[in-house]
Amino acid sequence: MTQSHRIPGRGQIDRARPVRFRFDGTLYEGFQGDTLASALLANGVRLMARSFKYHRPRGVMTAGAEDPSALVEVIEGNQQTPNVRASVQEIYEGLEARSQNRMGPLSFDLLAVNDRLSPFFSAGFYYKTFMWPRAFWERIYEPAIRRAAGLGSLSGHHDEGVYEKAWAHCDLLVIGSGPTGLIAALTAARAGADVILAEDDARMGGRLLSDGGEIDGQPARDWAAGVLTELAGLRNVRLMPRTAVTGAYDDGTFGALERVGLHRAPDAELPRECFWRIHARRAILAAGALERPIAHPDNDRPGVMMASGLHSYVSRWGVNPGRVVLFSNNDSGLATARALTAQGIEVAAYVDPREIPVTEDFPVYAGAQVTGTRGRLGLKTVEVRHKGGTSQIEARTLGLAGGWNPTLHLTCHMNGRPDWSDAIAAFVPRDGMVPGLAAAGAARGVFSTAGCLADGVAVAAEALNALGFKTPGAKIPQAEDAPYAIAPLWAVDAGGRAWLDFANDVTTKDVKLAAQEGYASVEHMKRYTTQGMAPDQGKTSNVAALAVLAEATGREIPQTGTTTFRPPFVPVSIAAMGAGGRGQGFAPKRLLTSDAKTRAMGAPMIEAGLWYRPSYFPRAGETTWREACDREVTMVREAVGVCDVSTLGKIDVQGADAGRFLDLVYTNAMSTLAVGRARYGLMLREDGMVMDDGTCARLGEGQFLITTTTAAAGLVMRHMDFVHQAFCADWDVRFISVTESWAQFAVAGPKARAVLAAVCTLPDLPFMGCAPVSVGGVAGRVFRISFSGELGYEVAVPTRYGAALFDRLLAAAEAEGGGAYGMEALNVLRVEKGFLTHAEIHGRVTADDVGLGKMVSAKKDCIGKPASQRPGLTEAGREQLVGLMPVDRGDSLSAGAHLFNQHDAPTRENDQGYVTSVAPSATLGMWLGLGFLKDGRARHGEVIRLEDGLRGKKVRVRVVDPVFFDPDGGRMRG
Amino acid sequence: MADLKPTVPLAGLNEAIGRARLAALDPGRVTSVAPWPGRNVDAALAPLGLHFPPPGTVIAAQGARIAWAGRQLAFLIGAEPPAALAGVAALTDQSDGWVWVHLSGADASAVLARLTPLDLRPSAFAVGTVARTVINHMQALILRGAEDGFEIAVFASMAGTLHHELTEAMRLVAARARI
Amino acid sequence: MRIPCPCCGSRDRREFTYYGAAVFLDRPAPDAGLEAWDGYLHLRDNPAGVTRDLWYHDPCAAWIEVERDTLTHRILSTHLVEDAAAALRAARPEAQP
Repeated sequence: MTQSHRIPGRGQIDRARPVRFRFDGTLYEGFQGDTLASALLANGVRLMARSFKYHRPRGVMTAGAEDPSALVEVIEGNQQTPNVRASVQEIYEGLEARSQNRMGPLSFDLLAVNDRLSPFFSAGFYYKTFMWPRAFWERIYEPAIRRAAGLGSLSGHHDEGVYEKAWAHCDLLVIGSGPTGLIAALTAARAGADVILAEDDARMGGRLLSDGGEIDGQPARDWAAGVLTELAGLRNVRLMPRTAVTGAYDDGTFGALERVGLHRAPDAELPRECFWRIHARRAILAAGALERPIAHPDNDRPGVMMASGLHSYVSRWGVNPGRVVLFSNNDSGLATARALTAQGIEVAAYVDPREIPVTEDFPVYAGAQVTGTRGRLGLKTVEVRHKGGTSQIEARTLGLAGGWNPTLHLTCHMNGRPDWSDAIAAFVPRDGMVPGLAAAGAARGVFSTAGCLADGVAVAAEALNALGFKTPGAKIPQAEDAPYAIAPLWAVDAGGRAWLDFANDVTTKDVKLAAQEGYASVEHMKRYTTQGMAPDQGKTSNVAALAVLAEATGREIPQTGTTTFRPPFVPVSIAAMGAGGRGQGFAPKRLLTSDAKTRAMGAPMIEAGLWYRPSYFPRAGETTWREACDREVTMVREAVGVCDVSTLGKIDVQGADAGRFLDLVYTNAMSTLAVGRARYGLMLREDGMVMDDGTCARLGEGQFLITTTTAAAGLVMRHMDFVHQAFCADWDVRFISVTESWAQFAVAGPKARAVLAAVCTLPDLPFMGCAPVSVGGVAGRVFRISFSGELGYEVAVPTRYGAALFDRLLAAAEAEGGGAYGMEALNVLRVEKGFLTHAEIHGRVTADDVGLGKMVSAKKDCIGKPASQRPGLTEAGREQLVGLMPVDRGDSLSAGAHLFNQHDAPTRENDQGYVTSVAPSATLGMWLGLGFLKDGRARHGEVIRLEDGLRGKKVRVRVVDPVFFDPDGGRMRG
Repeated sequence: MADLKPTVPLAGLNEAIGRARLAALDPGRVTSVAPWPGRNVDAALAPLGLHFPPPGTVIAAQGARIAWAGRQLAFLIGAEPPAALAGVAALTDQSDGWVWVHLSGADASAVLARLTPLDLRPSAFAVGTVARTVINHMQALILRGAEDGFEIAVFASMAGTLHHELTEAMRLVAARARI
Repeated sequence: MRIPCPCCGSRDRREFTYYGAAVFLDRPAPDAGLEAWDGYLHLRDNPAGVTRDLWYHDPCAAWIEVERDTLTHRILSTHLVEDAAAALRAARPEAQP
């Protein structure tokens, strides 16, 4: 608990607030403001992880989101989050983290044997080795490899965490809050633009928090604090710390992941993360640059890190790194060595392959290279090859400064390719790669603080100009303007293994091997070696790997290409992207006005589209759904039943041209319908297939009410809107959905009139008649239509009276020996009558296929009619709707089964059709089926075989007319 | 035969979570007004002091309002449609088809930003205007009565989901404000 | 992706439903023959560049013709289908229905 490696008084941490946490079970103390990495380093812990493939000991290598190395598991009760970057995870009281990808303790990982076997594990090893025998792959090789090579693990429990999604809109999105981002945001905010400033780090300020220096004569950190105070006070500015912009998409849309609660003890109400969709009219990428390592032998030991990471841990978190060696090929590494020395850190050696003057306060090895390191679980010595020979230099930390790569990833998300800059030996974004997004400052290769400030102002001014804001002439603050010189050195040629991609254990040898084996394209090399394919997506390794590949293939870097950067920039949990979509958030629930009563009656509910409808209404003594269903069917056939049918789509169609319009969308004529009458109607898609069916009632000269099936209500509305707007927008017709305005109940059975009479004065209606009616003092409507084949009415009242009417109808029905019936009985009743649902009109059948060819009026055009007359849709051999009855009355049928001639083998060639609906008919005492059979209408009476391969069912069935019961319709007309 | 008793979803709702409040709202009579092509409905609306609203606008006078509600469509809210309107527009009673709630408070915008992709900045969605958009998966009509006050309507059958979605978002926003 | 709805202004793509090529506005006469109907229903260009297609803005019920570039994803213009169809009918008085 001692924080043995904390420099007294140094760092931007709250020393008044100690925080205790556990790593691999050991209790440590850090301070508020620490990341897990900085707190562990302050406690002298360098070993934090095992590498992906070789299980090499690893520590943290950077102080940011790009870290390839120190991935841990964070445990919160049942929640276990794998692959958390120690350099990003802030500590909180009680944080419990665990190293991952190991067998046994972190310091003695049994799988480290892989490292000894590394000569066998070069790139492509798995592809080459585990080919044979083939059967071994799935059961033996793959599980073993997955266990040995990999990342963190999941708890196996359901993720109970709270996640959030949200939208934000702004004029200008500024991504990154270093000097460029701060000055750009300030410039835009002062001009009055709505600004969002997003920063991945918990604190805003970027490199200004670590690098020191002065801006306008004050410490850079204080200048940043001043700017942030001003921004925080402006209403048009939204500061979003802990928010990584993850992707750039079309038309100024950006994805961003905010760590809302991950830096605090678990809280049942606070979201862990929020996934933002940000729409910005303009955006500035001020994400800075990422420092890259130099590949030298054994450059992966705990204690080896980027020079910039080292600098951050010292200045921002007060970590004492011990004796330091810096290996740098550029001026920023040299500046770091100076800054560390000025802070009292012992720089044991500054190693630079360039010939630079040796006039520093620390030992400088010019024209030298690091050729190796020692220390099994942490760096002990660094081997330097210099003009005077080779020296072993004792050091606890080695800082690598291989140059800087602009963080240009977002600019590539819409397929843009960056340019190579020889001046900084890195890729830089081109203008316009993502429309509306401009890179500024270090993100486009401007590396001095003064340069960044000037660029931030200039790029912000351009964006403001494009947005129509006036920009007051801003004074650019004074700051350091040191030039940046680099002599590229990607890999040290000294034998041994030199790592490029620390996350996926890819060495320079692997890349050379890929080239040697013909994978000379960067995309192929990447897939062969897996370089850049780990969670860090190669942020620190891509350019160096490309450079090694270029050299191995004798090309220049720009000719070798670059890898493609795709969203997300940092890993995004699926839970965050899917926030709000779990459980009830997955889809709205549509509840009937009878819902409460129905549930109180114990009815199990089933989903019909978004609606919830009762399956059946169980009564005392009934133990299966069949008993309830059979009773309800018989009840409707012999007495009366009540069913809530409000889910059917209802559309109010009005206007002088309403009939003409309905003639265009329905196959049959509706304009000829008399007021007070209803007609069954069929709609086709323009390709000739049946889209939907329903009824059309004429309520008045210029007013129709049409119904759609429950499932197709939205589709039909959209279709009618299309036909209207595309073909006849100038007609006098208007329509609007009234599905939700009316509660409608079917009352069906021989005693239907008595039930209706109990709630209204029932007008004398013919079959398919309709009329206005007063129901309990409320203006309602009654329709004499039937989906059961019995004498049937549907009565409708405004939705607010639905619950009351259902109660009253139920009481009246019960008085007549009837009651409520559910979807199961409804289905049996309609199958007995051969009525259609979307099981039959499933999108691949014509009106003729379902036996309704005569409903396509010969006298007029309608949507779908021309195409329905195509030869392929009218010739013989089409599958036609038939009824199916088991020859042995005891046999049950199953939907989805296929139909075959009696003695044919069940092959695709012999297929004669299929079954769409089945029902246990209580009325006829056997199962009934509807299905489609080749030339079926001509085959009534034939016995064929129904075969269901999934359920192992083979049943002899007789082909019959699809109307099984009361074929002349006497019951519903009577 | 006794009169039927009305039941209105979310009636009596009044729930404060954090700095947002969700309350039931009775808009009164709601009638959809869809003018026939080429017909001007302004004269028919004049007795109410209203005229047909251009996209996104709400006209209010003497307690009645007419809000744009879609392509060639407006909702007349809180008034019986004048008789003359029937000749120039299709009228349909929508009073029962929608459930209305009022969302208010300093965090009202933040709550809605969890549920709708609509740009809620007052510069894009001004006080006194209306938008057709979505609340998660639900088609919605949102009127902005104040910078921090919204009237929200969705299909009546989805009342439970609307309540669930809004209160969930209110809880998330409140939890953030707490830290 | 965002689409400017002529009624509602710029809106997120999730408010829209895609339908198909703008060819659907040019419905052949019922007796135009198999080839015309086959072309109308099934044959589509797949341009690398400017294309026109139809979207439905679900919240406001407007059908929209969107002119966009398949290479850049840029939306060049949007029109109400009723206006696009009226223009088409003015140009081809025999057009349906």
